[in-house]
Amino acid sequence: MEIDKMDSEHSLIKPKTLNEVRAMIRKHKRKDFIFSSIGLLTIIFALLTLLILFVDLVMDGYPKLNYQFFTDFPSRRAAHAGILSAWVGSSLIMLVTFVTAVPMGVAAGVYLEEYAPKNWFTDIVEINVTNLAGVPSIIYGLLALGLFVYTFHLGQTIVTAGLTLGLLMLPIVIVSTREAIRSIPIAIREAAYAVGATKWQVVLHHVIQYSFGGILTGIIIGMARALGETAPIITVGALTFIAFLPPAPITSVAPFISFEWLQSGFTVLPIQMFSWLSRPEHAFHINAAAAGAVIIMLTLVMNGTAIWLRYRIRKNIKW
Amino acid sequence: MKSSALVASTFTFSYSINAADKTIAIDGSSTVYPITEAVAEDFQKKTGTKVTVGVSGTGGGFKKFCRGETVISNASRPISKKEMDMCAEAGIAYIELPIAYDALTVVTNKGNDWAKTMTVDELNKIWQSGSSVKNWKDVNPAWPNQPMKLFGPGADSGTFDYFTEAINGRAKSSRSDYTASEDDNVLVTGVSGDKGGMGYFGLAYYLENKDKLNAVSIVAKGKTNGVAPSEQTVMDGTYQPLARPLFIYVHATKGHFDKDVKAFVEYYLANAPKLVKEVKYVPLNSSEYAAVSKHWQSKKAGTGFDGKNEVGLKIEDLIKRIKD
Repeated sequence: MEIDKMDSEHSLIKPKTLNEVRAMIRKHKRKDFIFSSIGLLTIIFALLTLLILFVDLVMDGYPKLNYQFFTDFPSRRAAHAGILSAWVGSSLIMLVTFVTAVPMGVAAGVYLEEYAPKNWFTDIVEINVTNLAGVPSIIYGLLALGLFVYTFHLGQTIVTAGLTLGLLMLPIVIVSTREAIRSIPIAIREAAYAVGATKWQVVLHHVIQYSFGGILTGIIIGMARALGETAPIITVGALTFIAFLPPAPITSVAPFISFEWLQSGFTVLPIQMFSWLSRPEHAFHINAAAAGAVIIMLTLVMNGTAIWLRYRIRKNIKW
Repeated sequence: MKSSALVASTFTFSYSINAADKTIAIDGSSTVYPITEAVAEDFQKKTGTKVTVGVSGTGGGFKKFCRGETVISNASRPISKKEMDMCAEAGIAYIELPIAYDALTVVTNKGNDWAKTMTVDELNKIWQSGSSVKNWKDVNPAWPNQPMKLFGPGADSGTFDYFTEAINGRAKSSRSDYTASEDDNVLVTGVSGDKGGMGYFGLAYYLENKDKLNAVSIVAKGKTNGVAPSEQTVMDGTYQPLARPLFIYVHATKGHFDKDVKAFVEYYLANAPKLVKEVKYVPLNSSEYAAVSKHWQSKKAGTGFDGKNEVGLKIEDLIKRIKD
């Protein structure tokens, strides 16, 4: 007990009685409580805002939220107007976005994290990618208008819109891929190398496998963001009235798969909603509320899937 | 260029133009949109020909039209000099067809019981560029001491152009210290929420919100009695100077040689009286529609405005001016 004595002699803090120590703990616990209450209140506030918005939309749009709403084309008569062309357009564009942005984004993320040498060039690429994730979406729209519509002559079509949103999503996928890869302990890699695996084998069998949950989350969050985008889609020339569906991707004649739908004009859910909202008739505002509720539900489902998948995949990883 | 061609061909490999699959592409003004949408909806149901309508605004619509991307352009104002040049350069001729009227409506709060009627001069005093009017009593001493809150469309809209031309004498010349929104429903909410509120927008928005707003009767220059905006006063030409014609511009060659486009325009003109009313705009009167149809048959390309917007022009006079 020599040391203890010396400590208290040298320390500027006087030794505390048991009651003082208890008071101190109480004080610290109070701070804990205050912080967690503030945190809880903030979460409740944020969730409540979303909930009120969502409930309001659902209540306003309730009369329209039926099967017919999903199978009707837009119309000048609010009662017969539906979101068929809008949700089909949104889905097809999401498909193009997924097919283009995901392989490219994941590959770029893996390369930057695993293969790229650390030099000034990769530094510049890194800064740019992170920056791009925060660029306003209208900029992507203007870029796409100049590049896809006027230079590549892809027209104001589903493929243009899909590629535009793909560009928008790309940095999000790259950044989240890298984050996910970084969370894998270096020991896993070293263990794989130790048993003679090549770099490619390490990446394929370990890195991608273990970071898959995180990558998937990034992809789905990126897709959910792209789903609600309006500005770049308007810039590349979305239509407002389109009362037919793009050509079916599967045909009855050989080769049974058709890509003509890529060349079709389109509209998307947020644009349909906006168009209804700006009409004078109140009945259209109900349609707009219903369309808004559908968009929020889709986003919720997508984000929910992301969380569920991440949970499932993490559970299966046993380090 | 080589790589871009490669990318383009990758996506177009299965693209083939098939006569039955052709679509009639229309774009342009959001004001004209509801009318064209109604026509497109019915035409497509009847004939099966695909029609698409976009909303790029009158200016954006003409840009696409003069690049040959659309065959019909919706316009809430006549084609401008710049747009005429653009089309001429691309070798695109157009036929100018007035298809309906829109009555710009000056609205006040439901609680406003003093300014039921206003003269063009009074409106000018309020809306002119640099105007410092902030209170209703500054406009007319007989009106109460009530602060004025102004609402109007943004400077990109055709409504703004026409209103400023008609009231202030020059398009786009307006005071700028008012609450501007491209969404007319925002203007409705603004005016209905403030006792001293005042704003202007198309008649359809007033008719939908009659219970929340008053429409001001307008005394035209040189007249003594106010005229309230309504279908009748617009059609008989007494609601002046805020009634404006709306147009579609049709690609002249395709309009007459492409049978689908031709059928569409003819369907448009034949059904306009009924459909225009249904979407709450004001149709032309029957003699005016007859004149427009005759103009369409005569295949005369060009514009009667020569790039300048005019206020209070009679449809028949306008058409007579267009000479091929």
